[in-house]
Amino acid sequence: MSTEKQKSAAVELLSFRVGEQEYSVDIMSVREIRGWTRATTLPHSPAYVRGVINLRGTVLPVIDLATRLGLPRGQVTDRNVIIVVDIAGRTVGLLVEAVSDILTVPQDDLAPPPSLAADEAQTFIKALTIVDGRMIRVLDLSSVMPTAATIAA
Amino acid sequence: MADPMEEIRASFFIECEELLEAMQDGLQMLEDGAADGETINVVFRAVHSIKGGAGAFGLDALVAFAHTFETALDGVRSGRIDVDGDRLKLFFRCGDLLADHVRATRDGETLETAAHEQVVEALEALGGDLEEEEIGDFQPMAMSLDLPGLGSDGDLPDLGSLGGLPDLDFGMDFGEGGATASGAWLIRFAPKDELYSTGNEPLYLLRALADLGEVEVTADTDRVPDLDALDPAAACISWTILLTADTDEATIREVFDFVDGLCELSIKTAADDAQSNADALGEADLPLLDLPVAEVEPEHDAPAAPTPEPEPVAVPESVAVPVAVALAPPSTATRPALTAAPSAASDRKPTAPHATVRVDLERIDRLVNLVGELVINQAMLSQSVREAGVPQTSPASSRLDEFLQLTRDIQECVMMIRAQPVKSLFQRMGRIVREAAAAVGKDVRLHTDGEATEIDKTVVELLAEPLMHMIRNAVDHGLEKTEARIAAGKSPEGLVTLSAGHRSGRVVIEIGDDGAGINRARVLKKAIEKKLIPADAQLTESEIDNLLFMPGFSTAAEVTSISGRGVGMDVVRTAIVSLGGRISITSREGAGTTFSISLPLTLAVLDGMVVRVEEETLVIPLAAIVETLTLNSTDVRTLGPETQVVRVRDAFLPLLDLGTELGYRTPRGDYSGAIVLLITQEDNSRTALVVDAIEDQRQVVIKGLHDSYGHVPGVAAATILGDGQIALILDPIDLIANASGRSRISTRAELALAG
Repeated sequence: MSTEKQKSAAVELLSFRVGEQEYSVDIMSVREIRGWTRATTLPHSPAYVRGVINLRGTVLPVIDLATRLGLPRGQVTDRNVIIVVDIAGRTVGLLVEAVSDILTVPQDDLAPPPSLAADEAQTFIKALTIVDGRMIRVLDLSSVMPTAATIAA
Repeated sequence: MADPMEEIRASFFIECEELLEAMQDGLQMLEDGAADGETINVVFRAVHSIKGGAGAFGLDALVAFAHTFETALDGVRSGRIDVDGDRLKLFFRCGDLLADHVRATRDGETLETAAHEQVVEALEALGGDLEEEEIGDFQPMAMSLDLPGLGSDGDLPDLGSLGGLPDLDFGMDFGEGGATASGAWLIRFAPKDELYSTGNEPLYLLRALADLGEVEVTADTDRVPDLDALDPAAACISWTILLTADTDEATIREVFDFVDGLCELSIKTAADDAQSNADALGEADLPLLDLPVAEVEPEHDAPAAPTPEPEPVAVPESVAVPVAVALAPPSTATRPALTAAPSAASDRKPTAPHATVRVDLERIDRLVNLVGELVINQAMLSQSVREAGVPQTSPASSRLDEFLQLTRDIQECVMMIRAQPVKSLFQRMGRIVREAAAAVGKDVRLHTDGEATEIDKTVVELLAEPLMHMIRNAVDHGLEKTEARIAAGKSPEGLVTLSAGHRSGRVVIEIGDDGAGINRARVLKKAIEKKLIPADAQLTESEIDNLLFMPGFSTAAEVTSISGRGVGMDVVRTAIVSLGGRISITSREGAGTTFSISLPLTLAVLDGMVVRVEEETLVIPLAAIVETLTLNSTDVRTLGPETQVVRVRDAFLPLLDLGTELGYRTPRGDYSGAIVLLITQEDNSRTALVVDAIEDQRQVVIKGLHDSYGHVPGVAAATILGDGQIALILDPIDLIANASGRSRISTRAELALAG
């Protein structure tokens, strides 16, 4: 009975590497994964906003996830990828180092992160889980994108 | 069941808007003196159609008001009421109120009735001596949409059972010596097939005629084929109606308003007709009509019994129409009258409107977007072909050029779909003028020009608010009070002009008045009073005029209910600028003030200059650039510790380094040899903007940044270049307003850096 329940509540996560750490997002919010192309810099934007790229005719803002999470910003190479995700109706690109895996995790195995006030990145993490002994962080996408208010400021 | 009804209702209201527009047009023509006999009919028909439609939906309040208005208009139409200035004003107000009514009804609101009652009273006073038409006619009719199949009895109304029909009196004496009773009308009414297919019902028309007076209806059934050859959808019966009523032709025509163009109609006085019939028959003994056709049995199944009488067959009460139709003898005598009718009918037919399709705006936007993609894609393709080393003269290149031409054409066409004439906008302004004029007690006439000028729909919508403001200003502040006008030797009636036109790729809208012009001394005094400028400022005339656009400025000595609350022209200017437009003032003392708004044709494409700063490619709207030049070392002068100015023909302009302003680099300090663009602002002040290189001048497709990211200071939008890269389109005005002006690193900062 309980195994069945766990199965039905399983979530699929797309895991990727950012600054030597492993993160993941719900695969349902991922629209596509594309290679890195040079972004057009936006003036007066926060440091983690890489700029905008052309995604088949639409203007796609790209967020450097490493900078956003307060991790050391690595050299951007051709091997970096942009994960295009839907965040509350908006489409945003997340610049990450590499995509690693697709994981199926039972909902019950997702644990909320312990609250540690000192760590800035903590607010971006929705849940934690352990797969094959590795700790996978599940990103809280809604906190990644800057709000209109922070842009205007 | 509710849904289809909703849809029909919605389309009724859309139609109402069109009818209201036609009505406004007509009234305007009347005012301008450009009206002909047809104009009042157009106005009348518009109001009448609204009333009719409203009746069908049971919108009683709307019907009642439209009816009152219509009655007055009918008086004008029949010549019983003369149109003079005051009455025309009343009609305009009625038109406005009717529009209010329509909109209130559409949105399910209730209209505030004070103004309404006043107008209705005035209207009723106007049409007081007019006979009251039975409003009941226009109560919702149960229109049977199953077309009268001529073959089946049940579907057809039984003419004999017409309750409203007075006794059919065959003893009419007009035939005897061609009696000329002034109230006798002979109406020939021959429906076309379309009349039935549009759901009209002759029965109601006949009934409406019966309401006018005594009628004698004769069905002419000679065109009805045998049963086996009968096309149930075809109109075979025509009617001859002898109407005895003290009325005029217009009133009779009004009955047939809804079937205008759907039937052949001739209306004559009986006397005329008797004469012509007499000629045709060589025998004026019309009492032949008395012939009791009742002999033709209902339910008769015999083939057409030849009746010797070639006159139209009178239908006695007891004869069911369909049967009479089937049995009607062929007649030749009425043919001439029938064939004569079309010419009369076609004369009255309004010119056929252009065929139009209503399309959801969203679909058009999608199309516009897709075509934008196509243009970008084409540019990318061209670039790749060039980069692949294909020679310019190769067939591939020339085909590509053709492709380019085609995409341009398609783009233009698509932009035209979005374009909309400014007419509807101008009509709304007519109302603003009337209301504002009434509020301040001035006599004002609005003259509009270039209403056919087309401009992007979004622009039209966003322009309404600022335009309204400016019109109110013109009436309230621009025009003098009537006494002052007379004293100045002007016509007591103030004139506000509103014109639109294309000028060098932009649309220019001008709002002018023939008032006193801007009182510059007062403007200056006010500006100093309000501490908007220093007391000792020396300003040119145009600089003083432009003070009107400063926030918190209002010149009216007294604050009135319609304008002068201090939010004014600065709001207008902000709105215009946000549309990519510019606004300027010209004013002559004593002769009036003209505001001129210049707007881009569309918000979807933009002529821009492609420039490079550091590694970034940027687009600057061409409209903002007045000049480009290369600086030499003597042009640049140091101003403050971190700022420099450029000397251009005896003027010193602030120097801005675009790279620094956008945060791409630190100030260079030395700008000799740099390329600068002179950017002009709304107040004609100029600024020099340093760029690294000018690359191209081209049309770019605007891609909004707001939805995907948000507002970026100094950036209006983005576009996609030929290489697929995104380039930002700058908003120079915003950029300059927020500029730091740093073009040097101050000595102090340099020391700090060195230290």
